[in-house]
Amino acid sequence: MLSRVADSLYWMSRYLERAENTVRQLDVAMSLMLDSGGASAESHWQRLLAALGNPSGLEWNGDAASNAQKLVFDKHHPASVTCCIDAARENARQIREEISTEQWQRLNRLYHQMHSPDTESQFPSNINDVLATVIDAIHLFKDVSDTTMIHGQGWHFIRLGRYLERAYAIATLLEVYQPHLLHAPEGEYSGYEYLELVGLLRCCTAFEAYCQVYTADLSPDRILEFLLLNRDFPHAIRYSVDGVRQAIQSIQHTGGRRPPDQLTASIGRLHAMLSFTSISEIVAGDAAAFLHIIRQQCMGIHDLMYRYYIQYSIQSALAI
Amino acid sequence: MNSGPAVELQELYGDYPLDHAYDEMREPSGDVRPAYRALAEVLSRLPQEELQRRKQSAELSFLTQGITFTVYGRDEGTEKIFPYDLLPRLVTSQEWDHIERGLTQRITALNLFLRDVYSEAKILNDQVIPRDLVYSCKHYRRQMRGLQVPRNVYISVVGSDLLRLNTGEFVVLEDNLRVPSGVSYMLTNRRVMKRTFPQLFHSYGVRPIEHYPQLLLATLRSLAPEGRPEPNIVLLTPGVFNSAYFEHTYLARQMGIDLVEGRDLVTHDNIVYMRTTDGLKRVDVIYRRVDDDFSDPLIFRNDSILGCTGLFNAYRAGNVTVTNAFGTGLADDKALYAYVPRIIRYYLDEDPIINNVETFLLTEDNERQHVLANLDQLVVKAVGESGGYGMLIGPHSTAQQREEFAARIQANPRNYVAQPTLDFSRAPCLIGDRLEPRHVDLRPYILYGDKINIVPGGLTRVALEKGSLVVNSSQGGGSKDTWVLE
Repeated sequence: MLSRVADSLYWMSRYLERAENTVRQLDVAMSLMLDSGGASAESHWQRLLAALGNPSGLEWNGDAASNAQKLVFDKHHPASVTCCIDAARENARQIREEISTEQWQRLNRLYHQMHSPDTESQFPSNINDVLATVIDAIHLFKDVSDTTMIHGQGWHFIRLGRYLERAYAIATLLEVYQPHLLHAPEGEYSGYEYLELVGLLRCCTAFEAYCQVYTADLSPDRILEFLLLNRDFPHAIRYSVDGVRQAIQSIQHTGGRRPPDQLTASIGRLHAMLSFTSISEIVAGDAAAFLHIIRQQCMGIHDLMYRYYIQYSIQSALAI
Repeated sequence: MNSGPAVELQELYGDYPLDHAYDEMREPSGDVRPAYRALAEVLSRLPQEELQRRKQSAELSFLTQGITFTVYGRDEGTEKIFPYDLLPRLVTSQEWDHIERGLTQRITALNLFLRDVYSEAKILNDQVIPRDLVYSCKHYRRQMRGLQVPRNVYISVVGSDLLRLNTGEFVVLEDNLRVPSGVSYMLTNRRVMKRTFPQLFHSYGVRPIEHYPQLLLATLRSLAPEGRPEPNIVLLTPGVFNSAYFEHTYLARQMGIDLVEGRDLVTHDNIVYMRTTDGLKRVDVIYRRVDDDFSDPLIFRNDSILGCTGLFNAYRAGNVTVTNAFGTGLADDKALYAYVPRIIRYYLDEDPIINNVETFLLTEDNERQHVLANLDQLVVKAVGESGGYGMLIGPHSTAQQREEFAARIQANPRNYVAQPTLDFSRAPCLIGDRLEPRHVDLRPYILYGDKINIVPGGLTRVALEKGSLVVNSSQGGGSKDTWVLE
């Protein structure tokens, strides 16, 4: 597969995952702001921004709806949902011949929907519905990708992008939440504190799945364990890292080069870290540092993958 | 056939004017031509709402498929849907046979001409064509002199523009021998049309065109370098900002070949490779959709980043086929066009089956005087331009524009030609809720590999603005599906 095509598939997928993550977190933050008794709307907004990696230019302006509108629709802000969808579509457009017609039409429809004046004008009175339709559209796109595209190398690059972006985003989210989570007072939760914990799980669509595993008895270290170490839940970091590992292996099996030892080692190390560390060790040690290492490893994997499959030097390729 | 439908159609027609231009649908008396009768009947039976519904569903289908083109020189909303007219343009099988024979003859002769000019240049030595005209053409490539191209085929993908005059005769307006575009619209129009008028389509017995991508692939394969039995064929695009990018992706996809950009290619020891996730992979045939000028900064324009450095040397070494060949624009130069009938007679010893449009060469003193005196009745075109740019349409021009052009002609007569303003044929289009006649041309696509193949049909382009004679998509043109009947 052409390196440029692999690059576009990878980024198309990352940008869509990013758009989905932003929408879901915004949705949770907006609904938490409605409840009285908790933190101020401003502090919710700050935490949301921190969990999105602190994009500049989106600072609190005093009004939740207009802030949200900017985060969703600002065409000129690279962190906005619209911008992520534009970037995903632009990547798809450059490899129109590689993805299926159904994938393209689905993504193109989402793009036109985001740019329709109606969507933006409906937004303030209808925030939840608009956000829900964006998530629906992205879910549809993912399913259409899985059912209409050949599960060859390109598809594995899509999965690589999705899971790497997801692992990184959840690690960032947990890093922002963990001081608050792990240093909560002992004893019964107030209704508001309970909502906060539900909110964190909902940021990862994890509330119902959590309940199935642990019942609705919410505790910070169990939440951390679930989102970090669960191997069966798609929005847990460990599951996502498994996904990255499988994608790299499948890329090799579908005609890509054998990954270099450094890349295999890097993924293996991250995988082992998540497989063989217990939550009590993490909580007893430096949880923030643990999460930080995960993020760094994700970036390292991206760099190595990029240097090996996408932007290799001609000299190194001719030497083989 | 009774005259019933014509009477009921009255409402849809409104003040559908008939004058001296050939009307594709109606005879001068107002009767519907035999081929169009079934269509007219369907139109007279369809309620207006149903017609509009089909029109909207067709348009929506173009938008969601992302069938768009890019207009240069505008910032916002540069991606446009290619306007589409709902009603098909019909071509009878007799008309098509004539067109097919005529184009086959013409392309054979033009290919022989290119081969000759880039080797022995007999036609110049025999003084059939003035030497100056060839060597002053900006698309003439001296690098091609003496270069052996596979199967001696220089022009493997051609789109020639035909017009129909008021006598009903088809003439060639120009040949596009460099990187003709539009074939994807021909194919997608057909797909949408089959969904819009399935019954009508079926009852008409329309000859299929859907195999074009396979024919193109076979053509490209037949031109692979010797000793490469499983050639790696790619389509080279300038990239996503090119106006025909949709078409490049469409064709690559339909043929199942890789769509590459210049930055995907590298050359080493006169071999072209593409960068893949499995390392470098050798490229054997390049279907080139990048102009000569931008193809190789080493040989052509050195400021281009769209092409591949070293491509021409690999081509010269015979390690890669690039098609169309470089320098083919020589044969579609608008001044050389005037000589095509002579080219056909010279190489084939036959009379042209399809005629040219009368053309005045401004390098000839008496012709130039005539043109300058009659600018208000003529069309003046710059020889190296395409896409409807750099044109003066006399009857639609202002005195000031004519003065400007007169000055430009006198400054550089070789750069312009003039032709009479043609009242070419019109076909009915659905404009709002009425049928109105609009000017149309026809661009069939000709493939030349081990033999010449023309899929029955082509792109019918429509000048959608009332009275306009310009059909180019960049200038407000649209298109129609073209049905060649059994």
